[in-house]
Amino acid sequence: MTKAASVLDRLPGGTRLDREGLRDLARGSSSKVAAEGRKAIGRGKRALSRETRSGKHARKAGEQMRENPAGIAGALTGIALLAGTVVFGAFLARRHKGGDDDAPGVTRKRTDSDNAVGGRTVTIRRPAAELYRFWRDFQNLPQFMENVEEVRPHGDHEAWVVKAPGGRTVELHTRVTEEIENQRIAWESVQHSDIWTKGHVEFSDAPGDRGTRVSLRIEYAPPGGAIGKGLAKLFMREPEVQARHDLKRFKMLMEAGEVATSAHTKQAAKNVAHQQETA
Amino acid sequence: MRALTWQGTHDVRVEDVPDPEIINPRDAVIKVTSTAICGSDLHLYDGVIPGVRPGDVLGHEFMGEVVETGADSTLEKGQRVVVPFTISCGKCFHCEVQQYSACENSNPADKQDMSATLYGHPMSALFGYSHLTGGYSGGQAEYVRVPFSDVGPIVVPDHLEDDQVLFLSDILPTGWMGAENAEIGSDDTVAVWGCGPVGLFAVQSALVMGAARVIAIDHHPHRLELAKKLGADVIDFTKTNVREALMEMSGGIGVDAVIDAVGMEAHGFAADNMVDMVKQKVGIGADRASALKQAILAVRPGGRVSIPGVYGGMTDKFPLGALMEKGLQVKTGQTHVQRYTKDLLDKIEDGTLDTTFLISHRLPLEEAARGYECFHDEQDSWTKVILKPEMKEAA
Repeated sequence: MTKAASVLDRLPGGTRLDREGLRDLARGSSSKVAAEGRKAIGRGKRALSRETRSGKHARKAGEQMRENPAGIAGALTGIALLAGTVVFGAFLARRHKGGDDDAPGVTRKRTDSDNAVGGRTVTIRRPAAELYRFWRDFQNLPQFMENVEEVRPHGDHEAWVVKAPGGRTVELHTRVTEEIENQRIAWESVQHSDIWTKGHVEFSDAPGDRGTRVSLRIEYAPPGGAIGKGLAKLFMREPEVQARHDLKRFKMLMEAGEVATSAHTKQAAKNVAHQQETA
Repeated sequence: MRALTWQGTHDVRVEDVPDPEIINPRDAVIKVTSTAICGSDLHLYDGVIPGVRPGDVLGHEFMGEVVETGADSTLEKGQRVVVPFTISCGKCFHCEVQQYSACENSNPADKQDMSATLYGHPMSALFGYSHLTGGYSGGQAEYVRVPFSDVGPIVVPDHLEDDQVLFLSDILPTGWMGAENAEIGSDDTVAVWGCGPVGLFAVQSALVMGAARVIAIDHHPHRLELAKKLGADVIDFTKTNVREALMEMSGGIGVDAVIDAVGMEAHGFAADNMVDMVKQKVGIGADRASALKQAILAVRPGGRVSIPGVYGGMTDKFPLGALMEKGLQVKTGQTHVQRYTKDLLDKIEDGTLDTTFLISHRLPLEEAARGYECFHDEQDSWTKVILKPEMKEAA
C-alpha cells in the first residue's frame, strides 16, 4: 500500500492523497485508498491532457505572433511555463525516489516504518567507556532526562516513572534487548507496558580527539492511534523533541559537569522544571 | 535587589527583583561595582532583537566583587573580576578551539530551538541579551549569577580602576577582534564604519597592529573628534561621498580592509535603507545593512571584510556579486572574549591601550533609564554610560 501511495504521489493532482490517503493507510481502509487512487489517476490524466493542449496552443500562438512581435513574449512565456512544469515534475519524481544515499535513515523525508522514528547525534568530548558506563547505570538517567522521575529495576526489566500533567506519574516498562560494552544499548517495552516503544543509544569514536559520537534512536507508536495519543500526552512534548533536549543535557552534564540553566534563583530553577512539566 | 528591566520598546525601568543564588557547582555570584550600557543594548531598547520578554534584566558589560562561590568555582570571595559577556563552558569542542562565543553547553537545552531554527545552529549564551541567547539575567543590577565562573571572569589587580578595565567585558575585545579579523598588515589602509565604542576601539586596535592609515567614518562631530585624537583620518558621510573619498585616499586602489562597527540599525538616507527601516518597524526582514553594503563596495579586490557590528536576521539587496567577483574574505561573529582578556589586560597595564577616554557619563544604577534614553538620543555627546549601583548622584 505504501508503494501504491508513493506512485500516485508523483502524478499531478495526487497531492491530496499525500495527506488523506496516508491517513487512510494508517487506518488500514484499503478500499477507500484504491478508490482515492483511481480518482487521483483520473485527475493526473486530465492534467496531462491539459498540458498537451496548452503546448499546442502555445505553438499555434507562436506561429501567429511571428507576424506580431509584441506577442512573442506571450508565446515564450507559454513555452517556459510548459518546460517549467515538466522539469518540476521530474524534480519531484526524483526527490521522492531517494533512499539510496549515505544519510542516516532517521533523516529521510519518508520512512518505511509505520511507527514514528526519531533521533539525534551529539559529539561529547569524553571517552566512550565513561559515557557508556554512566548511561548503562539507568538510575543516572533522571539527571538529564527532565520528564523521567526514576528508573528502577523491576524483576528482569526496568520500570520508568515518567512525569505526567497534573503532577501524576505513569510507568513504562522496558527490557534491554542488546548491549555491547562501550558501544550500544538497545531496549524495547515489555508486553504489559502501557506504551509501546523501542530504541537504542550508540557510542562511537569521533575523528581525532573530538571525543565520542552518541546517537539516540527512538521508535514509538505514531500519534493518531489511541496509544500514540496517550504517549504524546504522557511525555507532554513530542518524544522526539524531548529526546533531543535530553541528549543536549546529557552532553552538558558529561562535558561541563552540570546542566545549564538561566534560572536566577533556586525557586526559579524549580519553577522552570515545573513549567516544563505542565506545558 | 535593584535591577534594570526591559518592559517593551523604549521602556526600561529599575525595579526590585529577587537576589540571585548559586544554582550549579561552577557558579559564582558577583556584587556589581560598575556596569555599562552597550550599543548593542540599544538594539534591545529599539525592540529589533527577537526573544526579549518583559521583566528581563539587561546588561552584559559588568564587573564587581565575588561574594559567593559554588563548590567547583575557582574564584575566591573578595576578588575583583571582570566578566566576559559570552557565557562559555570551557570544555566543549568550540571552547577547546577558543571559539568561545560558539560554546555548545551554555544555552539551556529548551532555549536552543529558537536560534537553531533561525540560524541553523543554536547560539551560545550571553548575559542579558534575550532568550535566544539563554535568557540569563544581566549585569545592570546589584548582583549577578555568573555560570562557569572558573572559565570566564578575569581577576584584575587592585591598582587598576574599574573605568580602566570594565571594557574587557565586551567592547575592547570586540574592537580588537574586529581589527584582528581584518588581518591588518603594516602597509594597509583600513576603513572603519561607525565611531561608537566598538568602532573607536577597532581604530585604536588597528593602529596598535601597525596599519599605515586608518580612516574612520561617522557623522557625529564629537565621535569623529575622538577618532582623530586616536590617530585616524576621518570622513563625515553626511558631507562627503564616502566611496569616492576612500578610492582617492587609497591611491585609486581601494582600502585593503573594511570594518563594519555599525550593525543592524545603520543610519543613512539611501532609498534601500529607508525601505529596510520600514520593514524593520513592521517586523519583516530585520537588518538595515547600509554600512556593510557600502563597505563591501569600497574595499579593494582581494580585500578583507570584518563585521563586529551586530546583525540578527535577514537583509536583502545584498551586494553578493561584489563579494564574489572581487574575491573578498569575510570574518565576523560574536566576540570570543575569553581568548583576549589576558592579553588585553596586559596591554592596559603597560599603557599600550587606554580605554577611559570613551566614558562620557557615570550614573547611579537608579538612573539607568535616563542613561538609555540619552545614549540613544544624544549619540554625539553620550559616547559611553557607566552605571554604578553604589553611586548616589550622577558625576
